[in-house]
Amino acid sequence: MGSMAGTHAADRAADTPATRRRRRSSGPPGEPRRLAYLYILPAVAVFATFIGFPLVRSATFSFYEWDGLGSSTWVGLANYTAVFSDPTLRGAFFHALVLIVFYAVIPVSLGLLLAATMMRARRMRGLGLFRVLIFLPQVVPMVVVAIAWRQIYGPEGPLNSLLRGVGLDGLARPWLGDYTWALPSVGLVGTWVGTGLCFVLFLAGMAKIQRELYEAARLDGAGPLREFFTITLPSVRGELAVALTLTVIAALKTFDLVYVMTSGGPGNRTAVPSYEVYRHAFLIGEVGTAAALALVLTAIVFVATVIINRIGDDGQGPAGPPATRGIRALLRRRHDDPPTTVTSAPSGALSTPAASDEGGRRR
Amino acid sequence: MSRATRKWARFVATAGVVALIAACAPGSDDDGDDGDAGGDTTADADGDADADADGDTDPSDLGELTLVVWDQEVRGGQSEQIDALNEAFEAEYPNITIERVSRSTDDLRTTLRLALSDDDAPDVVQANNGRTDMGQYVASGLLEPLDSYAGTYGWFDRFPESVRSLAMYSDDGEVYGDGALYGLPQMGEIVGLYYSKPKLDELGIDPPATHDEFVAALEAADDAGELPIQFGNLNPFAGIHEYGFVQNQFVDAETIRNLGFGRPGSSWLEPESVEATETIMDWVDAGYFTDGFAGLDYDDSWQQFTQGEGVFLVAGTWLLADLDGAMGDDVGFILPPAGASGQNLVTGGISIPFAIPSNSDNKDAAAAYIDFITNSEAMATVADAGNLPVVDAEQQEASGLQADVFEAWAQAGAEDLLVPYLDYATPTFYDTITAAIQDLLGGQRAPQDFLEHLEAEYVEQVGS
Repeated sequence: MGSMAGTHAADRAADTPATRRRRRSSGPPGEPRRLAYLYILPAVAVFATFIGFPLVRSATFSFYEWDGLGSSTWVGLANYTAVFSDPTLRGAFFHALVLIVFYAVIPVSLGLLLAATMMRARRMRGLGLFRVLIFLPQVVPMVVVAIAWRQIYGPEGPLNSLLRGVGLDGLARPWLGDYTWALPSVGLVGTWVGTGLCFVLFLAGMAKIQRELYEAARLDGAGPLREFFTITLPSVRGELAVALTLTVIAALKTFDLVYVMTSGGPGNRTAVPSYEVYRHAFLIGEVGTAAALALVLTAIVFVATVIINRIGDDGQGPAGPPATRGIRALLRRRHDDPPTTVTSAPSGALSTPAASDEGGRRR
Repeated sequence: MSRATRKWARFVATAGVVALIAACAPGSDDDGDDGDAGGDTTADADGDADADADGDTDPSDLGELTLVVWDQEVRGGQSEQIDALNEAFEAEYPNITIERVSRSTDDLRTTLRLALSDDDAPDVVQANNGRTDMGQYVASGLLEPLDSYAGTYGWFDRFPESVRSLAMYSDDGEVYGDGALYGLPQMGEIVGLYYSKPKLDELGIDPPATHDEFVAALEAADDAGELPIQFGNLNPFAGIHEYGFVQNQFVDAETIRNLGFGRPGSSWLEPESVEATETIMDWVDAGYFTDGFAGLDYDDSWQQFTQGEGVFLVAGTWLLADLDGAMGDDVGFILPPAGASGQNLVTGGISIPFAIPSNSDNKDAAAAYIDFITNSEAMATVADAGNLPVVDAEQQEASGLQADVFEAWAQAGAEDLLVPYLDYATPTFYDTITAAIQDLLGGQRAPQDFLEHLEAEYVEQVGS
């Protein structure tokens, strides 16, 4: 405490060149630190105007009952209570959880499987074509995707024709109007779209893995499964975190597919939080509820992102420096790779030094 | 903590405070402005309107001005109809320039809230007449009551009560169907019964005039292996029309109007409603509707009808031009069959009415414009474009399907058969009833449960 007060006092004691030099010497070399704030000022200004201010404003709205037009009434936390007590709104969050399975879990698993398979079959013919085909859904606008799939799922649509064609008449149904199947049907479109992104991410991650690692593993008698779990999967941990972050956020924010394909129906079986926000704010004039719902959704997305980045931890444990975790780890690994541990055995038994970007040089 | 950091913290704190100050109660600051502005302009308008009543207002005396008009007539024929009328208006009054802003119904609806409360509001807007939209705008004082202009232009004589009441609200927006006039429509719309002429001929049946005849026709069609009723309910609104069509054959007009407008005095639980609900379920169970209707898109549904799938199609007159174009002489249109009440009650109303925002600077010109696009010449233009003019329909020359529709509309007006869309009842009733009908038809709600669900919201609205 005393030393801190002393520092403050020193700070206040005029900006003599001496003090400046002293303080400078404690920081990293380069520009004076104060100047850094000037550099980020434009970004902060943009952030404050377009994200910070709307966020604060939404937070204000969420405490009022307001139809978006006239005067408003302070209702305290009533809107938040409604978000958790209204069965429709609660249902919307449950549906979002179901969609996470379809948007994130399945595409990430499929993407890993596809990428790992393709890495093993590098000389397969038509590989480029497969890559393009799998990634294609990513470049098609979601509304187009939704309209196309609405046709596919139609009672007389291609899907049902196919089922009837192969004698599975019992399975044919009006998919988007079916109380059990509407939500999975919407989710499956998310899977179709998301898999391409995951696949390409993992493919890029796996391309960086040193072939020597696999050689070493094989010499030690590892099979394909063992290779996957001890080399491939840990090596793409950063990509895994990125893929999960992006797809989970996409799942929680789903709007376009539901808006175009089902309007939340049948009943409320495909209502999702974002669609409910739109409905409350613009269609039925309950801006307060919409704002509360949007903020709860934002909080959930935020928490989910933090958790996923913990999962994406580089394997160094919580003791590791922050920069080795999740997305940051991915960014950093290009510069200073920590040695990659291949197995959980004591390091040295199977560890290879430096899987770095410099190439496969052996030390 | 370095000095710079503290400075930074101070900046953040200040920014935060500024943000919090700016973030006062929503609507409150605007409200003050609006209140003042609204008060002023209303006074002005009243003054002007009084002048109008004396008959000394001519749009050509208003000087050079630009009239901003927001409409939602983006579909082919209807868009041309507005363009033609705008051109004619500008030719008639060269001092007025029209700036047309055309958006789809949904887009207009979502932007209108912000536009109306803006000081620089448009001069004429198409505002949906339901409680969710027009009702809330009226309650917030954002629309101009048109009664004084109605006197000037003779709108009370020109438009029958049944049409006007669909755009009438009390000052506080609480009572719908009574009070001051807030808008005028160009077109009428009714949800009637389209039928395939060749298929009825094959079955040897005349277009059904009563409920019993209609049920017999459904049975005959089913026996002959035809699809009795073409129906797609993936888009939730379709269910309101289908349910209303059946309800009209069991329940009397007064009850449906009370339920539809959200007025006290009726109940969803009366035996007739139960009977109607059970009947529509019988039809679902008997397979009278398209297989898989719950997953069938609305547009796909009527397109299948034009391709010969289905003997009947319950749909609005907004499909008139499309069905006429696709089927020509093979399609006819009648009012819903008469049921217990002995009347061919028909769900319907008006196209989205044109209204004047309170914040408009050119209210007199706006009123002149609204009169211009709804006068008898305009009605002829509407009919020419293949649509159903809200008044004077019987004076238009029409043939084929259009003649059927005009005749049905005229009969509905003459015999007072019009009942409102059910979703007008409360601001949130559209959501309630569309989801409930999907639940009902999907077997997720029993008829009694369905009706009690609707009754609960109706009772809450009317406070009885």
